Amino acid sequence: MKAAAFAYLRARNIGEVFAALAEHGSDARVLAGGQSLIAALNLRLSEPRLLVDITGLSELRGIVVTPAGLRIGALTRHVEILRSAEVARHAPLLAQAVPHVAHAAIRNRGTIGGSLALSDPAAEYPAVALACGAVMHLHGPDGRRDVPAEAFFRGLYETALGETELLEAVTFPPPPADARHAFDELSRRHGDYALVGIALRAGLRDGLVRNLRAAFVNGGLRPVLATSAAAAAEGLPPAEAAEAAAAALDRDLDPPGDHHASAAMRLHLARVLTRRAIHSIGSAA
Amino acid sequence: MDNPLSDLDRPNSYIGRSVPRPNAARLLAGQGRYVDDLRLPRMLHAAFLRSPFAHARIVSVDTAAARAMQGVAGVFTRADMDGVCTPWVGTLAHFTGLKSAPQGPLAGERATWQGEPVAIVCARSRAEAEDAAALIDIEWEELEPLPPLAAALEAAPLHPELRDNLAFTRAVDVGGADSAFALEDSVVVEAAFRTGRHTGVTLEPRAILADWQPGEEKLTVHHSFQAPHMMREVLSKHLALPEAAVRVVCGDVGGSFGIKVHIYPDEIATCVASRLLGRPVKFIADRLESFTSDIHCRDHEVAARLAVGPDGRLRALEMDDVTGIGPYSVYPRTSAVEGNQVVNLTGSWYALPAYKARLRVAFQTRTPTCQYRAVGHPVAVAVTEGLMDLAAERLGMDPAALRRLNLIPDDAYPHTSPAGLRFEALSLQKSFDKLLAMMDYDALRRDQAEARSRGVYRGIGLASFVELTNPGPAFYGIGGAPISAQDGTMVRLDPGGSVTVSSSVTEQGQGTEAVLAQVVAHQLSIPVKDVRVVTGDTERTPYGGGTWASRGAGIGGESALQAARALKANILALAGAVMQADPSDLDLRDGQVVDAAGAPRMAMAEVGRLGYFRVDLLPPGFQPEFSVIRHWLPRQYPFAFTNGAQASYLEVDPDTGFVKLLGHWVVEDCGTVINPLLVDEQVRGGVVQGIGAALLEECLYDERDNLLTGSMADYLVPMMGEMPDIAVGHVETPTKESVLGAKGAGEAGTAGAPAAVMNAINDALRPLGAAKIQQQPATPERILRALGKV
Repeated sequence: MKAAAFAYLRARNIGEVFAALAEHGSDARVLAGGQSLIAALNLRLSEPRLLVDITGLSELRGIVVTPAGLRIGALTRHVEILRSAEVARHAPLLAQAVPHVAHAAIRNRGTIGGSLALSDPAAEYPAVALACGAVMHLHGPDGRRDVPAEAFFRGLYETALGETELLEAVTFPPPPADARHAFDELSRRHGDYALVGIALRAGLRDGLVRNLRAAFVNGGLRPVLATSAAAAAEGLPPAEAAEAAAAALDRDLDPPGDHHASAAMRLHLARVLTRRAIHSIGSAA
Repeated sequence: MDNPLSDLDRPNSYIGRSVPRPNAARLLAGQGRYVDDLRLPRMLHAAFLRSPFAHARIVSVDTAAARAMQGVAGVFTRADMDGVCTPWVGTLAHFTGLKSAPQGPLAGERATWQGEPVAIVCARSRAEAEDAAALIDIEWEELEPLPPLAAALEAAPLHPELRDNLAFTRAVDVGGADSAFALEDSVVVEAAFRTGRHTGVTLEPRAILADWQPGEEKLTVHHSFQAPHMMREVLSKHLALPEAAVRVVCGDVGGSFGIKVHIYPDEIATCVASRLLGRPVKFIADRLESFTSDIHCRDHEVAARLAVGPDGRLRALEMDDVTGIGPYSVYPRTSAVEGNQVVNLTGSWYALPAYKARLRVAFQTRTPTCQYRAVGHPVAVAVTEGLMDLAAERLGMDPAALRRLNLIPDDAYPHTSPAGLRFEALSLQKSFDKLLAMMDYDALRRDQAEARSRGVYRGIGLASFVELTNPGPAFYGIGGAPISAQDGTMVRLDPGGSVTVSSSVTEQGQGTEAVLAQVVAHQLSIPVKDVRVVTGDTERTPYGGGTWASRGAGIGGESALQAARALKANILALAGAVMQADPSDLDLRDGQVVDAAGAPRMAMAEVGRLGYFRVDLLPPGFQPEFSVIRHWLPRQYPFAFTNGAQASYLEVDPDTGFVKLLGHWVVEDCGTVINPLLVDEQVRGGVVQGIGAALLEECLYDERDNLLTGSMADYLVPMMGEMPDIAVGHVETPTKESVLGAKGAGEAGTAGAPAAVMNAINDALRPLGAAKIQQQPATPERILRALGKV
């Protein structure tokens, strides 16, 4: 299948982007790495009249350490995150997740902003952003605003982004000093969308689990923060925390059922991953 | 040490050597010429409007808006084609009772599967053709899809004129089964086996470029296909064109696996559109079209049981197979062959005194099924070897020992199986013994026990098998299909001493051309680089069947051998005439005519020069014949059966149901191995497809028969990262039917791998008390269900 005809605008500055989005509304789509959008166009699942290519906007690129945390420009590609020493040091959970993102060819083109703005529940970054309490930096014609990850992901392919807004960058705040991280996912083949995945951060003080934050890939129609599981695990030794958190998961998750896995299967696997993740942070030196 | 020089020690001896494929470098460099690479003047691109419903009446079609679109040259429906193309029916005379309905290039009054082509749009570009297709206005009346498999047999007939949905049925009973099962001391095991409907995913999709030249009244078809001569017969017949007015050219073909040997409505419609428009029309299936319209296969439900004596000797096997084939039996090979193979093959490699089987082939409102790599074998092997493991467990016997006890002994040939298959000579015991040695069976069992003590669940799966190759006319020709069982090769000496070969067998990436070059170079004792091979063109090659059913090397190779030997005799005759020597005292060695002492007497280039440019120097009346054609087909046995054995070692995670493959071993006996590298590649590729069947691949439908697996993200093919190392060993039992002795090697890997993997999974789960898994693919969810965890 070939994409339906569309007009193409290579934006030279962000003002052109806002103007195009204001003029064309939902008939326009922003093109970044194109790893989801181009496939959708070629399947004619999406037939926008205009593509606004933002890849020339260099101000949306780059990884910098700021007092608020590690700020990653929306156009930063997965491969750059994979190779970044700053990411490994300041956003260890993100660093653990990147190797699970698709295949090398996709990591060479796909961007973190594209993945977050798409809000695909099967993607890794939204869950990581939730677990880390990341902050989304949005830029629109009326100015900038910051939205925490919890408020950003609203549903299946649905975010807090306004029609004329652009996701400019994301900041991962510095993790607590005692934080430990675990990312894991189960996919049928390496690089496939995960059946279920977990992004988990927790403190371990005096051998007890504290302030657990676990977010799930494919745990629902949007990335889900498992608050009941976190409450159940609070203050328990890892082995007990693992069981308690796993048992509480049905109150947090409402995973989709499809031909890859039933909802019950996904919930079961989410429990397995939860146990394994908590065990791994408990046993890590 | 007694180590005499062998045939392989002669210069330019290639049979048995790993010669790289001559086309590999070109294809790897991106210099292949596939159908999609061809651009002809005034060429149009085709897009199809396909049925969105599994079953629906076409109340009305309005193509006016599509026709009016800029860039559109033609929009056609079935009504436009009826006067140009006659319908076909996918039946064969030797499948008694096989029935199907007439099928045309586009759906007529009704669509009977989701994806059936309904209208074709020809435009300047594919994108424009798709835009126009979206404007075709069809009023549909949705009808009920047929229920799944056995239930379809009870449902109202899909084709009322056929009266029911039973396309074909066959029963085999050689007697004695009922009484064997009734014996008091018979140990009886039984199971229901399910193989997932799947498809062959070729890297290059189906592709055709039809070029009707009105001035010449000639149709040239560039086609990604395995059997160009068959396609020519079909086009000639159904488009009512003289045979000579149709040329089919198969250039580079990017994989086939049996997918590209059938008649597809959309490909015929492309040819008809070219005829109607008088312009070249190209159709390239996209991936979604491939999933909905390439043939599917292996949609089987088998109930089977096995009776074994307390000594472990097999007494009887009984099986009942229901298979679904979609709305039509596919033309011209039919969709009854797969089920028929399952009935023929099940249990056939064991000494089995009694056998009883029933096959029922049901119509469905799903994509038509037909022959795909290893036709029927994976089902028959999974059933047979699954039962063997169940029997071993029940008897408390080692599964390897039970197999070894019951395999047809290597000295018991010729042998006829209960269903009537005739085996010339097999090496089942030797191959199985070699497999156990290669994998170090005892060491693996120790590793398995050690792993279990750590709470790690590993399993070993074994599977022996036979494989049908080199089919004779009994396969299709006898039933009236325009499918040649013989193949021909022309070998031509060129003046400089190089050789041009043209053959009716075809190349789809497996190395057929390399094998032919090796055989010819070996016979003529010239460097293989001096042999150029041409295949895949009905105007440039001898007539023959093409490449399918593992026949390229065995049948095409033998015809090449015979042709090369005849050319050699002609070369020596000329040399003898010139040198006044007896040709029988001469030989060819390293590009030279040599005498009995091995001394060079005349270069091949000199032979060529004399034969073509200086015939005046030859004795009066001597006519050099340097273009020689020989045709060949096996005559004594209907098929050359090969055999082998496979083993899988894997680990199951009982928490997630995920399977990790640790190792895979294959011993295969394809007779003479012409090129070990290519044979091993065939075996490994086949194993990987078999692993796909066992673990990943399945065409899934919802309750309205909508296909759920229409993309590579939904239909999971095996990927490199998950594959184990695959060790390949050989036993060579050449067929005595040919000088070459080669049998087929293309399908053995696919035949045996699913059974080995399924048995290994059940072996791994045995200590956990899981229910047996006999449904392919064994997905993580099915494994967890067997464990009672989901």
